[in-house]
Amino acid sequence: MGEAIVITSGKGGVGKTTTTANVGTALAILGKRVCLVDTDIGLRNLDVVMGLENRIIYDLVDVVEGRCTVQKALVKDKRFDNHLYLLPAAQTSDKSAVTPEQMKQLVDELKQDYDYVLIDCPAGIEQGYRNAVAGADEAIVVTTPEVSAVRDADRIIGLLENEEHMKPPRLIINRIRGHMVKNGDMLDVDEIVMHLSIDLLGIIADDENVIKASNKGEPIVLDPNSKASIAYRNIARRILGESVPLLPLEEDRKGLFSKIKKLFGVH
Amino acid sequence: MSIFVELFVEVNVVTKKKQYVTIKGTKDGLTLHLDDNCSYDDLLRELEEKLTVSEKIEPDSPLVSVHLKVGNRYLTPEQEEELRTLIRRTKNFVVSSIESNVLTKEEALEWKRKTEIVSVSKIVRSGQVLHVQGDLLLIGDVNPGGTVIAGGNIFILGALRGIAHAGYYGNKEAVIAASVMKPTQLRISDVMNRAPDYKTDEGNEMECAYIDEHNQIVVDRLQLLMHLRPNLTRLERRM
Repeated sequence: MGEAIVITSGKGGVGKTTTTANVGTALAILGKRVCLVDTDIGLRNLDVVMGLENRIIYDLVDVVEGRCTVQKALVKDKRFDNHLYLLPAAQTSDKSAVTPEQMKQLVDELKQDYDYVLIDCPAGIEQGYRNAVAGADEAIVVTTPEVSAVRDADRIIGLLENEEHMKPPRLIINRIRGHMVKNGDMLDVDEIVMHLSIDLLGIIADDENVIKASNKGEPIVLDPNSKASIAYRNIARRILGESVPLLPLEEDRKGLFSKIKKLFGVH
Repeated sequence: MSIFVELFVEVNVVTKKKQYVTIKGTKDGLTLHLDDNCSYDDLLRELEEKLTVSEKIEPDSPLVSVHLKVGNRYLTPEQEEELRTLIRRTKNFVVSSIESNVLTKEEALEWKRKTEIVSVSKIVRSGQVLHVQGDLLLIGDVNPGGTVIAGGNIFILGALRGIAHAGYYGNKEAVIAASVMKPTQLRISDVMNRAPDYKTDEGNEMECAYIDEHNQIVVDRLQLLMHLRPNLTRLERRM
């Protein structure tokens, strides 16, 4: 019996889909059987980010409406033999095509076959959100160091805390820019964690390669040298229960002079 | 034998002398003490008797305010009204207040709700509203977009970054206190105050908000409250 984790944020564009794709891939690399479920019906993206778009035959709505079995609709990612599958969302209907009860049933079914079912939640707090959360045992809230994203994350956490079937949500802070934080132009990690007061699951530095990789349909996790990749792998290990320290945001590769300046408090 | 008889007579006299209605004059007017052991009908009868027996007063003499003390008797609103009209009809008296030692359960519960300190341990997040009838003791934060409302005072052990509304039912004496005072809005009774548009880096620690003599919400050091609102000290529940 696996675990179902919903990845949500409230606000759009903070990296829910990217996080789902990468954490899912990282878990598959670590040898777990993973199923990704895209619940953003009408605006599906997860298949594109995973590079599986042109293999879709059936989708989530087909399964729910009984036109095919789950097994038939699942798209297998051939890069990870038998470890990673995707249940794509429908592009032709909208969020109201599925009810929370149907989603719960579907996720429960998937949990029988997979170690982890990662549910990619659409933005917003309406039907799409309710569908995504219905079957989940656990939630990961993604936010970026922006006041608006943190505000929405706070709202979502409030809603998630009311879901009695779920464990307390955990936080991923995405797209941190080290130099901006240092200059005080961006919220820092401590500030966000203190404000939201939930457990921090991981932080991911802003990295252009993430966008490049997404566009190619190859999750960044597949590139072992990227910092974002390591961050996602660390998150996957923390989900598995390992305790992995957070990556430092800014590498200290500065000269002696700047160290002396720092010592005297001159920046 | 004779002693016994005497005793019996005396007891008889005492019960007969026992009056249901006692009138006492105080400097604020008259106080009518109404016995709480007799039946309501007996009480009415005697009250009417007492008030009509005494001498006539000129009809244009000033009204005298009367304070009713009914002891351990519960009066329904209808009975209260009956007493008021009876007293008003017979004399130049007007009932200013009725005092009873008895409360109904609902009244007592209502009173408790309005005066108790409700302690809540949670983070009031964006979009959430926490509403209590009495005083609120919040062990946690109010995040931006979150709202706390209390009929009485609001005490926040964490940070207040959202909206707090104290004295929701019109109590202007209510105060808001927080360990970290960074609200988006403060409301006390019907007065409102919002954060300045510029960001300040002041401490904002251990502060309180109250309505001052100009009917404005003022934020100041927490320690001032003991002078401004001595009522906050409550070893027993305030009335």
